[in-house]
Amino acid sequence: MKSSALNWTEVGISHPHESAHLHVCGQASYTDDIPELHGTLHAALGLSPYAHARLLELNLEAVRAAPGVVAVFTASDFPGDNQCGPILKDDPILAQDVVEYLGQPVFVVVANSHQQARSAARLAQFKVEALPAVLDPRAAHAAGSYVLPPMALQRGDAEQALLQAKHRLQGQWQVGGQEQFYLEGQIAYAIPKEAQGMHVYCSTQHPSEMQHVVAHALHIPSHSVQVECRRMGGGFGGKESQSALWAGAAALSAWLLQRPVKLRADRDDDMMVTGKRHEFHYDYEAGFDDNGRLTGIRVAMISRAGFSADLSGPVATRAVCHLDNAYYLSDVDIRAMCAKTNTQSNTAFRGFGGPQGAILIEYIMDDIARYLCKDALEVRRQNFYDRPDSGERNITHYGQTVADNVIHELVAELELSSEYQQRRRAIAAYNASSPVLKKGLALTPHKFGIAFNVTHLNQAGALVHVYLDGSVLVNHGGTEMGQGVNTKVAQVVAHELGIPLAQVRVSATDTSKIANTSATAASTGADLNGKAAQHAASQIRDRLAAFAAGLSGLNAEHASFAAGQVSIGSWNMAFSELVQKAYLARVQLWSDGFYATPGLHWDGKAMKGSPFQYFAYGAAVSEVLVDTLSGEWKLLRADALYDAGNSLNPALDIGQVEGAFIQGMGWLTSEELVWNAQGKLTTHAPSTYKIPAISDCPEDFRVKLFNQANRADSIHRSKAVGEPPLLLAFSVFFALRDAIASLNPDTKISVALTAPATPEAILRAVQSINSQKTS
Amino acid sequence: MSAPIRYLFQQQVREVTQVSPTRTLLQHLREDLHCTGTKEGCAEGDCGACTVVVGELLDGKVEMKSVNACLQFLPAIDGKAVFTVEDVQQAQQLHPVQQALVECHASQCGFCTPGFVMSLWDLYLQREESHTPLNRNTINIALSGNLCRCTGYRPIIAAAHRMEQLPRVKFNSQALAQQLGLLKREDSLRVEHADQRFDAPQTLQELLELRAAHPGAVLLAGGTDIGLWVTKQFRALPHLISLGKVRELQSISEQSEILEIGAAVTLDRAYQHLCKYYPNELGELAQRFASLPIRHAGTLGGNVANGSPIGDSMPWLIALGAQIVLSSLSGQRHLALEDFYLAYQKKDLRADEIVSAIRIPLPELPPQSPRLFRTYKLAKRYDQDISAVCAAFSTRLVDNKLQQVRIAYGGMAATPKRATQAELALEGQPWDEAHLQAAITALANDYQPLSDMRASAEYRLLTAQNLLKRFWLETRAGLASPATPTNVFAVADQTEQV
Repeated sequence: MKSSALNWTEVGISHPHESAHLHVCGQASYTDDIPELHGTLHAALGLSPYAHARLLELNLEAVRAAPGVVAVFTASDFPGDNQCGPILKDDPILAQDVVEYLGQPVFVVVANSHQQARSAARLAQFKVEALPAVLDPRAAHAAGSYVLPPMALQRGDAEQALLQAKHRLQGQWQVGGQEQFYLEGQIAYAIPKEAQGMHVYCSTQHPSEMQHVVAHALHIPSHSVQVECRRMGGGFGGKESQSALWAGAAALSAWLLQRPVKLRADRDDDMMVTGKRHEFHYDYEAGFDDNGRLTGIRVAMISRAGFSADLSGPVATRAVCHLDNAYYLSDVDIRAMCAKTNTQSNTAFRGFGGPQGAILIEYIMDDIARYLCKDALEVRRQNFYDRPDSGERNITHYGQTVADNVIHELVAELELSSEYQQRRRAIAAYNASSPVLKKGLALTPHKFGIAFNVTHLNQAGALVHVYLDGSVLVNHGGTEMGQGVNTKVAQVVAHELGIPLAQVRVSATDTSKIANTSATAASTGADLNGKAAQHAASQIRDRLAAFAAGLSGLNAEHASFAAGQVSIGSWNMAFSELVQKAYLARVQLWSDGFYATPGLHWDGKAMKGSPFQYFAYGAAVSEVLVDTLSGEWKLLRADALYDAGNSLNPALDIGQVEGAFIQGMGWLTSEELVWNAQGKLTTHAPSTYKIPAISDCPEDFRVKLFNQANRADSIHRSKAVGEPPLLLAFSVFFALRDAIASLNPDTKISVALTAPATPEAILRAVQSINSQKTS
Repeated sequence: MSAPIRYLFQQQVREVTQVSPTRTLLQHLREDLHCTGTKEGCAEGDCGACTVVVGELLDGKVEMKSVNACLQFLPAIDGKAVFTVEDVQQAQQLHPVQQALVECHASQCGFCTPGFVMSLWDLYLQREESHTPLNRNTINIALSGNLCRCTGYRPIIAAAHRMEQLPRVKFNSQALAQQLGLLKREDSLRVEHADQRFDAPQTLQELLELRAAHPGAVLLAGGTDIGLWVTKQFRALPHLISLGKVRELQSISEQSEILEIGAAVTLDRAYQHLCKYYPNELGELAQRFASLPIRHAGTLGGNVANGSPIGDSMPWLIALGAQIVLSSLSGQRHLALEDFYLAYQKKDLRADEIVSAIRIPLPELPPQSPRLFRTYKLAKRYDQDISAVCAAFSTRLVDNKLQQVRIAYGGMAATPKRATQAELALEGQPWDEAHLQAAITALANDYQPLSDMRASAEYRLLTAQNLLKRFWLETRAGLASPATPTNVFAVADQTEQV
């Protein structure tokens, strides 16, 4: 049976975020805002002061004796598994016997107040045998020390291609890591329930994973653990796997004390304990022809995995799969190593390795252009995948056909709207007459694969309840971290049922409502959960249509749901009235929904397959001004064009693009992670770790959506938007490089600029290029 | 005898007793009052999620200012009014600030939003009488202390413009003035709790007596540093003596080409005043000096008394030849500021003395001979960042020769320090490239900077030299020809105006 929602459009409209009103009134409730139950205790973690050491003795007497302390727990107190590794079981919640990074939690102290727990946590005395600490990924690589076996992907014969190439460039490069810096730190509030149950409120992107970790840690079945998350104050990947440590430690304490326990990370603890975006080191060699077209490439990527595997494997996979970015790579030899270092275990962060893969090829494009004295945009164009309907250069190095390529049109549109060519000339003129300040310009494209690389994760469930007054409650497996997934899913349901958005409410994500959810990650939140919710709502709609057909004596197939009315031909009834009548007639007014993305397959060993449902494209142009005396700089203008398909909500999507752009810019410029010789992260708070602030947003910032329906059958033919636009910030980095290169326009040399391009890194590159000028 | 802390909150006078004097306003709001709209993002005054607006009576007028609740000790709000995000909405009606944020899609995760609401509300109130359109730089200043990780700020900036287009909502400051008048305290506040004590003397005499009687007590001005001793370092502070209520320390006075700024004058007031005299020379530094909420709380006297090697006021104060005034019961001492700093965190300050004022030379009117004066700050970020290097240069050009050359840097040594050898290389010399080079070379002998997470020693020394070159580029040849553009931030502003 099929009924249509003619002309009814709750999708494609820029509705405000469903919580916007609550946000601005301070009424949006985060985990720490939940009214505390009587008897609630507060926990803090005791952290290792050593990067690598064998624990000989842990003296906790002073901790126990500190004011307000109720209990102290260590690894030996777990009834079940002391384990929070999402894939490999190499990640203890509390370290036992050996500590593997400075900041690793070793014990949990529970006290009457947050402040008491935190101050007590510092009083532990460690007796250790120091072990050699490896703090540098290159050093770990040299020693062959990895958290996972190295990966390799080959196509064609890269070695031959390089030997036969007309030109060759090779080099080493690196991009730094990045702290997620969600404004709301990690937090879990665990409440013991009857019959050995545990209810955990947790700021997490992955409630089901938290449920598993807690169940295993307490050695109780999953059905005894309920994990709930209304919203997060930001996640960005940092609460995908790494909220587990906090959920596990809070649940352990609540379990052993049989009292509610809240564990909230102070900012410094959060940054000292949790993993970040992976820093990547590269060795590369590229062969190309006179036009700058790549003929062969060989790359080794070494990532800073930290002390355990966490999600480093999938991150490296995505990096490998995104080395091509928007370009056809014929003969390829890529190796990826997850180096084991005695630092925080790095994890998911918006882009999930994709940015680290794609930025290398952009770096190479940039170098080829300089080497051939061409504009970098021309070289990039030479290498684009062919249009889907013409040419053969459209199979990725991992074997997936690029069937939806729009990069040619998209870049052409942006080139025009951003006045790239005129500004290129104006900048050359400016630089010729400005000895100290130099401008730079760059256009960078991106293509980003949408779906979890791991096929089975691409599934979602939803529940839709229609109540007798016609109001609708939706529950789905996605989590709200600000991206607006609840707004989009509500729009989808409102659209499906033909009712105004205000009639639809989305409730907290809850493992007792939707089972076995995937993490809200890989940009798939709206794609998967939107489809699942649509599926649920459409079943209800079909039942109502059939019921309406019975009432009216007309054909259900002609039923229309729009503007709160249900009509068949000239017959018409308010949605709420029909619902009441349907109830009395014992029609089921709620439904579950399920979705599994079709057509995906992936062979992780061979690194071949079609892991993505479709690709999201985009491009950006940035213009910067650089002070060659200090390395300080400013972004003068940024233009971005992003392919959101048929956007479900243009305002939210533009917000994602802008936010990702600035966040990506922070990664590549001001955000620098520094560890000292002892392995202590010295940039563990916003006083020393600088994410972009208000002045960093360019005065002239033009973000537009590229309007073209998704060729894949995604939810209302929209495209994902969470991660891909982070890559748009590449344009800032390469504009900086362009500005520095202008100091020495006659040479073909590579501008030795590392990321993050802090003022110091920029000045180092300026010095380097100036020194090559005089020699 | 311990007195209750009294402050105004949600139209009511609140009295707080039995509380640690180092309990922060943020802890009080969230944990004691269960007012959870105000968020903790960092507990060190850097993220702004805890921004609240505090109102107080100054010379009979209500002054409203945004501050970080995480750095305010409760006794410091005695006699004041506290406004949080819960207070902005009136009768179920969104305030224009809130309405604009919703309309412009300016919240995503929403965690930073209450802080932005309060900073924007503060800006909105400051512009009650203003008829000029809001410009981007004013918005930047108002929001310099609020971090947002989701939006990239563009929609928040749009909301700042939008709020002014919505029907104006008046704030009744007269009613507030009356209410605050009732909170005025006759005797000085003293809070005692467990083994802690807090004194807020109201006169300099009282303060000096307390200082003499309790040499171990910690003096508290804005609390922007000492707040961290509590929230981050868990230091026990048995006795705090606050400068915040001492009338004599609140004054700014001008006397024969000297501006005397009392030690309890906030950074914001101090720099606003200074920028009247040195708009181009200090304007950018004033904006880059921490964030507005920090400048609303922190004091110039605190910055100087603290004497951090990376404090941003000292280089230019030393370059201008400012003096520090030290007071005790036995009288006053005036010291050249550079003589106050003896070694790392070691100052020429007796146990019974306090820093009571800073005396700053003003530009002579009419100018005798032009004073060339510049100060530059370098950091990883424009807003709210601690300097890698901060430089200040002051000299006169008499008959084309440099005279009274004074160069000082922060971030280059264990204390804010003059570059005596570079000064020597320039004193009495023509302001030409050869002497610039000599001074640049000499700088390498003046300093042996350290490497840390902000910058390497090499970067510090190189940029110290480059900034001297920048000073030369900007001031050579009497600026007859159009100057070489040297400031990315200033040029960006010009681009905007075109």
